[in-house]
Parts: sequence; C-alpha cells; structure tokens
Amino acid sequence: MNTSTAPQDAFERERLDNVRPPDWHNPPPADRYGFVVIGGGTAGQVAAYEAAALGARVALIEHGLFGGNCLNVGCVPSKSIIRTSRLYAEMRNGEQYGAQVPLDIRVDFAAVMRRMRGIRARISREESVRRLVAANVDVFFGDARFTGTDTLAVDGTRLRFNKALIATGARPDTPSIPGLAEAGYFTNETVFNLTEAPRRLLVIGGGPLGCEMAQAFCRLGVKTIIAQERPLFLPREERDAAQILADSFARDGMEVRLNARAVGVRVENGQKVVDLVTDGETSTVTVDAILTGTGRVPNVDELNLEAAGVSYDNAIGVHVDDFLRTGNRRIYAAGDACLADKFNHTADASAHLAVRNALLSGRQRVSAFVIPWCTYTDPEIAHVGLYVRQALERKIPVKTFTVPMHDVDRAITDDEEMGFVKIHVKERTDRILGATIVARHAGEMINEITLAMVAGIGLETIAHTMHSYGTQAEGIKLAADAFSRTRVKREIPSPLRRWLQR
Amino acid sequence: MQNTDPARMIDEQRLDQLQHDAFSYFLQAVNPVTGLVADTTREDSPCSIAVVGFALSVYPVAVARGWTQRADAVERCLKVLRFFRDSDQSGAPDATGYKGFYYHFLSMDTGARVWRSELSMVDTALLIAGALTAARYFTASTAAEIELRELVELLYRRIDWRWAQDEQGVIRQGWKPECGFLHYVWQGYNEAIVLYVLALGSPTHPADGSGYEAWTVTYQWENMYDYDVLYAGPLFIHQFSHAWVDLRGIQDRFMREKHSDYFENSRRAIMVQRAYAERNPNEFAGYDDCCWGLTACDGPDRGIPELAQRLDPRHHLFGYAARGVPFGPDDGTLSGWAVLASLPFAPEIVLRSAGTMLERYPGMLSDGRYTTSFNPTLAPNDPHADYDSSSRSSSAWYSTGHFGLDQGILVMMIENHRTGLIWQLMRGCPYIVAGLRRAGFRGGWLS
Repeated sequence: MNTSTAPQDAFERERLDNVRPPDWHNPPPADRYGFVVIGGGTAGQVAAYEAAALGARVALIEHGLFGGNCLNVGCVPSKSIIRTSRLYAEMRNGEQYGAQVPLDIRVDFAAVMRRMRGIRARISREESVRRLVAANVDVFFGDARFTGTDTLAVDGTRLRFNKALIATGARPDTPSIPGLAEAGYFTNETVFNLTEAPRRLLVIGGGPLGCEMAQAFCRLGVKTIIAQERPLFLPREERDAAQILADSFARDGMEVRLNARAVGVRVENGQKVVDLVTDGETSTVTVDAILTGTGRVPNVDELNLEAAGVSYDNAIGVHVDDFLRTGNRRIYAAGDACLADKFNHTADASAHLAVRNALLSGRQRVSAFVIPWCTYTDPEIAHVGLYVRQALERKIPVKTFTVPMHDVDRAITDDEEMGFVKIHVKERTDRILGATIVARHAGEMINEITLAMVAGIGLETIAHTMHSYGTQAEGIKLAADAFSRTRVKREIPSPLRRWLQR
Repeated sequence: MQNTDPARMIDEQRLDQLQHDAFSYFLQAVNPVTGLVADTTREDSPCSIAVVGFALSVYPVAVARGWTQRADAVERCLKVLRFFRDSDQSGAPDATGYKGFYYHFLSMDTGARVWRSELSMVDTALLIAGALTAARYFTASTAAEIELRELVELLYRRIDWRWAQDEQGVIRQGWKPECGFLHYVWQGYNEAIVLYVLALGSPTHPADGSGYEAWTVTYQWENMYDYDVLYAGPLFIHQFSHAWVDLRGIQDRFMREKHSDYFENSRRAIMVQRAYAERNPNEFAGYDDCCWGLTACDGPDRGIPELAQRLDPRHHLFGYAARGVPFGPDDGTLSGWAVLASLPFAPEIVLRSAGTMLERYPGMLSDGRYTTSFNPTLAPNDPHADYDSSSRSSSAWYSTGHFGLDQGILVMMIENHRTGLIWQLMRGCPYIVAGLRRAGFRGGWLS
C-alpha cells in the first residue's frame, strides 16, 4: 500500500487520524490469538469485526492505511470525482434538457479534488482504527511475516494464532514499458494526490479503472487519450456494452486508440512522448501525464508464506480451496489476495465466509457466490451471473430478453437512453442465468437481478411484481414482460387461441 | 412515427432498371488490363477483393438477363482469375496475397497491396464465393470456360484455411506482414457463414471443424422488440452469406435448437430494423417503418464543419462505420441499397419501403444507382419540415459516388428474389454442400 497522501489539509489530517493515527503505538501482544487478520482493508476489517463479535481474541495487522484500496485509492475517491465529472458533462449538455448552458464553464480541478478528500475523510470515520479497537481487536501497524505454521512476526513482535486470515489485498500491476518508469506515471494509488490537472493525459489500459478515470478526466477538461491493447474496451463484457462505451467516449471528445499497445516512453522538452503500435504501425502521442490502469496483482510476496506452508503465486495470489482455506488448515484467505473477482463486495462477502468457515467449522463455498459488478463509466456497465458464451460453453441453452433503454420512459425523460437491459434465462424456463445492464444507473439496477438469482426468483415473478413507474429499473420489468408474452402465447390452449383469433 | 404514406411499391420494371443500373457499376469500375474492380467510383479508389467476388457473381446474372454477351463475361472472368493465379503470393508487404488469401485492397493497375491493408480471410471468401459462382454458371465445354473452371479450382484449392485458424479453431480476421495475425476475433453473429462453409468444404486444406462451433458459441439469441432473433446490428450481416448460400429451410445445430433458420432470421432482422426506425430514439429526420436501413456504409463525417453544424450537439457523426440497431452507432444515416438488398426475405415490405424511400429521397440514386448512404437530418434545409406534397420529395445529405459492395449485393439479391439464380448455382456446388454439412447444416434442400 502506497502511504503517500494528498496535500495535508484538514481532510487529510482527519483521514490519516482515522486510518493511521500518527501517534499510534502497537499494543503488547496476547499470548495467543484465536484469530489473526493480516490486512486492514475491507476484507480484513469485516473479518476482524465478525471474529471479535463471535468472541474470538482477535489481532489485525496493517502495514499501510486502514480502509485499503477502496477507501483510500479506489472506489471512494474515484466515485467522488466521477460525480463531479458527470455534473460538468451535464452542464455542457444543458441545452438538451432545455436548460441554459452556463456561459463560463470552468473546471476548478483543485476544488474537485478537495471535495473528494472531504468525502474520503468522512467515510474514513467508519473505517477508523479506533472503532476496531473499541470492538476488542488488537491493532498492529507494521509488516507481517509468517515465521511458522501458527506464528508470525510484526516488525519483530511475535504473534501466535489458532486461525489466521490473509487479507492483504492487491496493488496496481504496472505494465513493463521501456522508459515508463523514468518518465514517471500515475496509478490509482497516486493519481488522487493531484491538485492540478494535467493538460493532456494518456490512459494506458481499457479495463474498468482505465475507462472510469479516462472519462472522468476528459469531462474535467483534460485532453485525454485512452489506449487499449485489445480491439474493444472492457474485454470481459459483451460486445454491445463495449461498443456503446466506445461511442460514449467519442461523444465526450476523448481520443480512443483501440488495438494500440504502448511500446516506449521518453521525455522530450518536458513532455512525455509515447509510441503506440497498432497492427504493426507505430504512432506517437505527446502528453503531460500518463495514468496506467492495466490490472492489479495480489500482495502476497512479502509474507514469507513458505514458512507457513501456504502456496501462492504472484498472478493468482494465495491458493485457496472452495472454502477459502489455504494449504495450511489454520490459515484462510479472503478478498483481492486470493480472488479473481477483485471487488469491494467480494472482499466483504468472502471475509464473512472465511470467518464462519474458520471459526464455526462452516462449509460455505465461495463458488456459490452470485457476484455482481459495475464499471462506473457513463453509461455504467453492470453484470451479474453468466454471460451467454459461458452458458453455451456449459451446454445450457440460453435466451436473452433485451430492452433498449430508449423503451424506458424514465430514461427518455432523463435523456439517458443510451444502453440496455439484457437478462439471460435458461431457454423455455424463467430461470435467470445472468444479466448485463448498460444504463446511467446500471449499478443500482443490477442489484434487483442479483437478489432474484440468489433467492431463486424467476423472470415470471419479476413480471408479476409491480415496479414503481418513473424508475429506470422499469427496464427490468419490461424485459420480464417480454418473457411473459412469449410464455402466454405458448401456454394458451389451441381452442382458446383459435377463439381469440376469430 | 408511423408512416402514413400511400404505398409506393417498386414494380417489376423499376426493379429491373435498378438491378441493371447496379450491374453497370462493374462495367464502369473495372481495370481493362487486370480485370480488378474498384472498391468505389471515387478518385484513386483501389480494388477491393470482395468487390471482385461480387463482380464474378453478377457477370452470370448479366448474361442470363441479356445485358452482356456470354463471351464478354467469360473474358472478364478469365482476365481477373488469371491475374490472381499469377499474382505474387509471397506475403511480402507489397505482394498480392499469401497462403492463397489476398490482401483486402490492391492497386488497380498492378494488384500490389495498398493502404497497408490486411490479408483478409472474409474478403478472400467473398472473392472465392464469386469465383465458384462463375464456375457453376460457365459450364460450357469451350476452351475459355474450361480454363475458367480450372482457374477457380486452382484458386480455391490453394487457400490454406487451417493456417488461418487460432487455437480454438476460430478463423482469424486478418494477417499483416508487419505484425502477423490481427487481434480481432469473430465474436457474435456476423457475415462469416460463407467463410466457414468455404473453409470447411475445401478438398485440400479444410479448416478444422471445431472453429464453427467455437464461433457459434458466441451467438446471442435475443428477444428484442418482441422478435426472437439471432442478433446482429448492421443489416449487411443478414445479407452477405445469404447472397450466395440458400439458407432457406436448412439448419445448423444452433438454428435447430431455436426452431428457426438464417433466412427467417434475416426476415426478423428487418422487423427489428423497422421497429427501431419507428421508435427513432434519436429523433432523426425521415425514420419510420418504411424508411430504415442501418448498415455498414460510408457516411457524413464530423470533419465537415457545415454538416456538424446541422446536427444536434448531442449527436455525433461517424463517417465510415458499421451502423446498426438498436444500439447504434446511429447518426441518422441510412442506406437505401441495404433495404432493397433485403428483398428475398420480406418482398412486400421491402418493395414498399424501398419505393417510399426513393420517392422521398430521389437523390439517393445517381446515374440510376444507389449512393452508399443518405442522411435526411443533415439536409441543407429544415429536415423536419413536411416534404413538398406535390413532388413528394424531401431533401437530405447524400453520399457521393458508388460502392461496389452495395451494387454487387443489390444485383445478387434482386436476382435471388426474381429467379433464385445464384442460390441455384451454389446449391450445385459440391464444396458449398460439403462445407454446409461439415458445419452441421441439415434438412431442406440439403436432405
């Protein structure tokens, strides 16, 4: 975890006071802990609270800042500036809402970042060290290294444990581009320290982080280029979603370079000159700053896991079974340190699961998770469950009920018609296999589908469920209604059908 | 907006004229020495190998309709087939092809690769489909027609389809000497059926059969505007393979499971296009259930300031793009030829729509041929004003020049509608039959 911080204003002092109190002294360790958690991010804190609530003697070790990626350098700061960037986009597009476009739209970037820091400081109160201590957790700051199968050391202090949880999170995976390190670049761990916007920005990477940040900076007035090595953005998502996003970027005025690989960076006259290769052809862009968003790697290589008998690799992280147990039966893992789906909510859910399996001899399986996710671009791109391709590869016949957002009244009234609701069902049943939603508020909408999937609610029931009119979530109801219409046609007895057709 | 115009069906005479005028492109845009055909009528246009495939397909139509002499058509075919036989197949940056495939764009004069274009698998397939069509039609025992058939066999048999497959067996989209195979992969339904059929039907280097399944597993069967459809946004995808292969009543595994076929699917795609045009979510001028046709085409570009000024600021001009429904891109640009090229799938609807569109926007024809696109929203005058009821015409922005792909698909699909000539020819092609069977097609005329 990078502990460098933004300008030391009152907000930052508050956040640091919450997530790494400057006057902190580690407590004397207990003889033995029932549960030791390594990592004070989402997974670590959730696990520590839950273990303590169950009555275990708990210690938590953090080497950087409490709150982990999400609070400090991830979801919280990014969503804050995304909100402001949306507002600027709306101001510029005011005319389409019948509103006067302000005469002088000037971005005060320092104010944007100050607002972000204020929000981050406020949310850090919920994740403060003191709250965890009040919950009877011994908190240690320092570097944890395993020294045996049931012991570890924190900067020389030895802790013994019955059970332990590795929740060390992940860090940005920086692409190895010649000259990049020398030229200097930002990652999500450093970009939120900015107080002044670069004039021109190159974002390398078209995954969720790269896309979100590129659009936000573009809307905040930064001349932005996004270079993606693959032919489409968000390669995990379906083609239409990625295509809509590319169109949206173009509307924002972003320069989109798909199928473009950055192969070299150099500094000329104080500017960063980057060579991009597309189908064997090299082109050059000149920018003032570079932001990389090319994935994340688990923090597992400094833990001396060999001493604990825990296997791992630097790509996947800690190797765990379906119960999140490592090769050492005392040790479990949760969150980004071991999961392919590196989201805050999977970190949270996996921490609960790991604690129950570790301390209550539970048998909950991580493969049973129904995991939604959302990329907070505009429009947002949210998904849950299977993609069509995955279903077909498993020989599950699948049919998709598609509703373009331009069929949803509230999307029309809000001029937010870009996108769709696609719900995949097992053919000739109403069983929901998965869904992709592309919409301004797709992240809010996907939760209904997730609930339905977890509860075993089919599309027929959603069709029978009244949805409040005047919501964009009505798109989900419209998809369910379309399903119902296909079923009604099939289920009407032939004599009745003939009578109706008279 | 529901169209309230009285029906303006295109009659047989008009249809004949439109088909003939579309064919005339291939007489105008051909290089007399190489036989190569230009991609467009625009200045300095190179040859597109796909357009040559269309040319080879429409020469038989012209002979059958008496628009050209058989000997002349055979000579045209021979000229271009000999060129490809003798072409540089080294794969060098300025060669013509490699492994039996050809670069997408070639110099009209020398046949050398231009624009650093890719060795194109699908465009080679369209070229070869045209060559096989000609070989099926010119079956006389004359020296010329025997040579023609031998040339086609040679060109088809030397394509190394297996070389173009990836680890999953999926046929790659392209290759360049500068970087090897391109990253792009076929994902979702598209125009590649004819590519796979030809690759699977090869007697010399057949593609591994796993590729077709690996491709179709990326299909999306969707209920959209209450139509069950194998989804693809641009209209041309629902036409290109269908121009050569009679997909009526035959089914692969996917279509058997869906109780449909690719021909019926194209009919539904038309319905989706119309439903989209009726909804017209972007409120572009002109769109309704008789004015549709979003497809891959050249269109207005944002680089032209006077056009950008005529557009609502929230919209964007896409230039050359694969326009599609319902998710776009859509900048108000439609293609009249794409509507008429849907003729076999829904004749009545298409004849009425094409007639209505021609009546409203007569400028979409120049020299009797369809321009590649038009855009009523970008009309010099207020596009939302009622059109002149006396002339019944409205103004629009019109693309300049003509594109060979548009003219070729139009001639073929009109002919398939009128006589089924192309389909009949290709139903008799053993390679097509073998390829369809290896792809898992059964039933109908394949039984």
